[in-house]
Amino acid sequence: MKLPPFDYACPTTLPEAVQLLATSNGDAKAIAGGQSLVPMLAFRLAQPSLLVDLRKLPDLRGIRISAKGVTLGAMVRWRDIEDDERLDTAHPLLKAAIAHVAHYQVRNRGTVGGSLAHADPAAEMPGIAMTCDAEIAVVGKSGAHVIQAADFFQGALTTALTPDEIIVEIRLPAWPAGRRWGFEEFARRRGDFAMAAAAVFYDQDANGKAHNAHVGVIGVADRPLRLPAVEDVLNGRAIDATIIAKAEAAASAAVDPQDDIHASAAYRRALVGTLVERALKRAAA
Amino acid sequence: MEPRLTLADCLRHHLRLTGTHVGCEHGVCGACTVIVDGAAVRSCLMLAVQAEGAEVVTVEGLSNDADLTPLQKSFRRHHALQCGFCTPGMITTAHALLSEEPDCDAARVREVLSGNLCRCTGYIPIVEAVLDARAAYQPKGRDRSGDRA
Ligand SMILES: Cc1cc2nc3c(=O)[nH]c(=O)nc-3n(C[C@H](O)[C@H](O)[C@H](O)COP(=O)(O)OP(=O)(O)OC[C@H]3O[C@@H](n4cnc5c(N)ncnc54)[C@H](O)[C@@H]3O)c2cc1C
Ligand code: FES
Ligand code: FES
Repeated sequence: MKLPPFDYACPTTLPEAVQLLATSNGDAKAIAGGQSLVPMLAFRLAQPSLLVDLRKLPDLRGIRISAKGVTLGAMVRWRDIEDDERLDTAHPLLKAAIAHVAHYQVRNRGTVGGSLAHADPAAEMPGIAMTCDAEIAVVGKSGAHVIQAADFFQGALTTALTPDEIIVEIRLPAWPAGRRWGFEEFARRRGDFAMAAAAVFYDQDANGKAHNAHVGVIGVADRPLRLPAVEDVLNGRAIDATIIAKAEAAASAAVDPQDDIHASAAYRRALVGTLVERALKRAAA
Repeated sequence: MEPRLTLADCLRHHLRLTGTHVGCEHGVCGACTVIVDGAAVRSCLMLAVQAEGAEVVTVEGLSNDADLTPLQKSFRRHHALQCGFCTPGMITTAHALLSEEPDCDAARVREVLSGNLCRCTGYIPIVEAVLDARAAYQPKGRDRSGDRA
């Protein structure tokens, strides 16, 4: 499985990179960590004429934390998130989810931007982007703009990006102290893609009632999903065993997974309920 | 150099460093693990052109001409290889891990090695060999060679 032939460019400025992508008739591709793209090349699932390496673009680097939230540059690697202790409080849900991404060596190369653009339906970063109402900042030949996560993911390996667009960064809204959250994933082997996973968070008012509930799942559809039906169960209630059981049932009812080689639809539906239940138990504990 | 050449093939075919093994060629088995600027990576998922200017350490670079290294000796002592196909990737991965985290525990070693496939040993001797080699990676004066999984 040798890679198909392609040309290679390693621009040092963002406009140059956009220009290279824009002038190749949609036939060029960006390469970040290569941890999804190189296997795609090996299997001939992608045969671009040109690869534009993003590794020398300074605008795509770094994790920034401010009162507005957490901004991850597109070239931030899983490893960088794992190593950044500020994120333990600035975004514990992100940190917990990213701990499930891939294996040691892949984590040293794989990036946030690559994962968003690749849009695997079972990938953690797109799931967190959906769950947290993230904004994805991109630059293309028509300039810079921001895409809401809910509009970004359009199907398996399909996004709102046009061929000339590069993800610059993703912005996650600020995470208040005291927010309740849980992340639960099931994979046969740690580091493998999730069979399914659930991310939940909510804030609590003075009476202990939940509000602003966000519930997201991955691995059960062609893209990451928010589950408003489950959020409705939680909002305005104290999160106790009865509510958690209702949320579990609502989660199973809200998804419509397909049978595939890894699991049957019925199994995945049950699994999603269980993962939402576990995540809520953790959040409420 | 052709852009499509992977770092793994560059090492093996151009530099004749055949210690780096190639199993799956799509990032699943870990046999091709090398250390690029201090970080363990899969050389079948990296283009050779992407390693421009980087320091690449292969299993050859971890050996010691005169004798086996402490990590290699530990593999031998624990019978941590049979056919040996996975061994270069296990050694490079374990070396990177122990260099970064000389105090890692058995759970961490298992988690990290779960990305490297071995079809012979059943992993237990490999995990024991890595744990036993921790002493050699301790800053001077500390010795944990007695610790067990
Ligand atoms: C064995 C193995 C296990 C894995 N397990 C998991 C897992 O459990 N969970 C998970 O989420 N992922 C997993 N991955 C995938 C891994 O996280 C990838 O790193 C990630 O999906 C893609 O990031 P990358 O930087 O490697 O992107 P690349 O492979 O370089 O690129 C992927 C795609 O994104 C495009 N792209 C990259 N960067 C940008 C950008 N800034 N703007 C626009 N387009 C861009 C490329 O053109 C390409 O189409 C696994 C990979 C392997 C090999
Ligand atoms: S040959 Fe590189 S991971 Fe299998
Ligand atoms: S010793 Fe044979 S594959 Fe590991």
